[in-house]
Amino acid sequence: MLSVRNLVKHYRVHRRRPGLLPALASVFRRRYTVVRAVDGISFEIGAGERVGFLGPNGAGKTTTLKMLAGLLHPTSGEISVAGHVPFRRERDFLRSIMLVTGQKQQLLWDLPPAETFELNRAVYEIPRDEYRRTLAELVDLLDLGDLIHKPTRQLSLGERMKCELAAALLHRPRVLFLDEPTIGLDVTMQAAVRDFIREYNERHGATVLLTSHYMDDVAALAPRVIVIDRGRLIYDGSLENLVRQIRPDKRVTFRLEGPLPPVEWARFGASVVAQDEARIQLQVHGGRLRELVSWALGQLPVADLVVEDPPLEEVLSELFARRHEEGE
Amino acid sequence: MRILSAIPTMLRVGFSSAVAYRAEFLVWILTTNTPLIMLLVWSSVAREEPLGRMGQEELGAYFLAALIVRLLTGSWVVWDMVFEIRQGEIAMRLLRPVHPFLAYAAENVAALPLRALVALPVAVVALAWLGADQLSSDPLAWAFVPLSIAGAWLITFFAMAAIGSLGFFWESTLSVYDLWLGLFFVFSGYTVPLELFPPEIGAAIEWLPFRFLLSFPVEVMLGLVDRSAMVTGFVAQWLYVVLFALVAQAIWRAGLRRYAAYGG
Repeated sequence: MLSVRNLVKHYRVHRRRPGLLPALASVFRRRYTVVRAVDGISFEIGAGERVGFLGPNGAGKTTTLKMLAGLLHPTSGEISVAGHVPFRRERDFLRSIMLVTGQKQQLLWDLPPAETFELNRAVYEIPRDEYRRTLAELVDLLDLGDLIHKPTRQLSLGERMKCELAAALLHRPRVLFLDEPTIGLDVTMQAAVRDFIREYNERHGATVLLTSHYMDDVAALAPRVIVIDRGRLIYDGSLENLVRQIRPDKRVTFRLEGPLPPVEWARFGASVVAQDEARIQLQVHGGRLRELVSWALGQLPVADLVVEDPPLEEVLSELFARRHEEGE
Repeated sequence: MRILSAIPTMLRVGFSSAVAYRAEFLVWILTTNTPLIMLLVWSSVAREEPLGRMGQEELGAYFLAALIVRLLTGSWVVWDMVFEIRQGEIAMRLLRPVHPFLAYAAENVAALPLRALVALPVAVVALAWLGADQLSSDPLAWAFVPLSIAGAWLITFFAMAAIGSLGFFWESTLSVYDLWLGLFFVFSGYTVPLELFPPEIGAAIEWLPFRFLLSFPVEVMLGLVDRSAMVTGFVAQWLYVVLFALVAQAIWRAGLRRYAAYGG
């Protein structure tokens, strides 16, 4: 469904020091530097997959999504999306994809979302019966109710995002690019948007490529992740494997029914992450988890326990820190 | 050309937007009152004796016709394009399977009924005040009037679209538009009827594109050109339409290749 080979995008950026003299000098002579936003990445995504696209700020995620959506011309390399070369922006290509971004909107600001929906019906040539069915389905899934008849400017950020998603999906794109779709939303709305994206993917078999700084989005939506840093691909595989490779340790939390006696946790290779009177959280290597838990259940007043992977934010921070230490 | 079936909906939604911005729209209408000021200035100059073949009444008819043409041929696409390219908003247009020029054109044309609300009463008042003898009596001329107004609008639109597309290359292209507008004010007949220019300059001005943006439809409306000059002018106007459309499309295509919406 989506194939990327040695994709490169370089930008020429004008550099100038602050102050009046550098400003005047720049009128006559400009200095440019080349930013390697995307520097030779390759990957493939199959039909119906949900993939998380991760990386720190400036890693090249948005630039890559824009090239995949046909908004930017690559400096070099090959892209194929749904059988099309995106930058040619053929009509059939534009009808089979959509890019939804949390920072830009297609809804007409002073008109109700229903007007944007109607405009999209016309430009995407959606038959009226199909349009009515799809709209009813989206209104139901996203719980839009009467929102679509209120002027967009009077909607909350979360309500606008839900209407943006509806506007983006009316033509049932086969490939959906999501760039920070939950940015700025409260926790409840984030969950609602995540549920909707998963539901849409499962119901229509759409391919989803998602960037997000909210790791909950990625953990909930993307069984596979592609990680890029400084324009280069550094990981492509399952989220589970990434966590296991970078941070093989587990977090185990014991809720206690009584006071905790002094314990030498180091003999299990474990360290204390957090502790209060009724609870202690430990970090331990996955290979010694069973040993530690068996001992604790036998020797300590344990009422309950939870075992988790370390937070994804920490896993990624460690991944990037290691690469930068290695000088890559 | 399947997309043509979308145009009625694009026009309807564009009209809804124009109505939503009605306060701004009325302010814009008021800013196009230059011909009324010019009417007062030139009428005063012509009080003692006519300027060439234009006396007070002829000048009155000229500037009222100029006001009508200006109201019906206005466009604001250059400001929209420059803003959207700088802010990255253009991306949302590029994602839709319709050429952004067509979308901009529909938004601009959709405001025409509101503009007509102002232009038509002016036309009626002008007719009552000046008498029908100031207008062309040639039926062929009246067949050409809507076509010449459409040609004027298209040249205006594509010139703006070409300058707006330069926004892909330069940080701000509104200064280029200011230059265009300055030339328009002088050479289109908007502030000075072209026949008041010295003949040696007037001959050159006649073939610049600016005449076809305003003066030519006014000349046709008022019968200031004979049939032969009208047909020649019409052909020249529509050649300019094609030329500006090609230039705008070429700059747009080159700009898209160069588009560098770095980051967000």
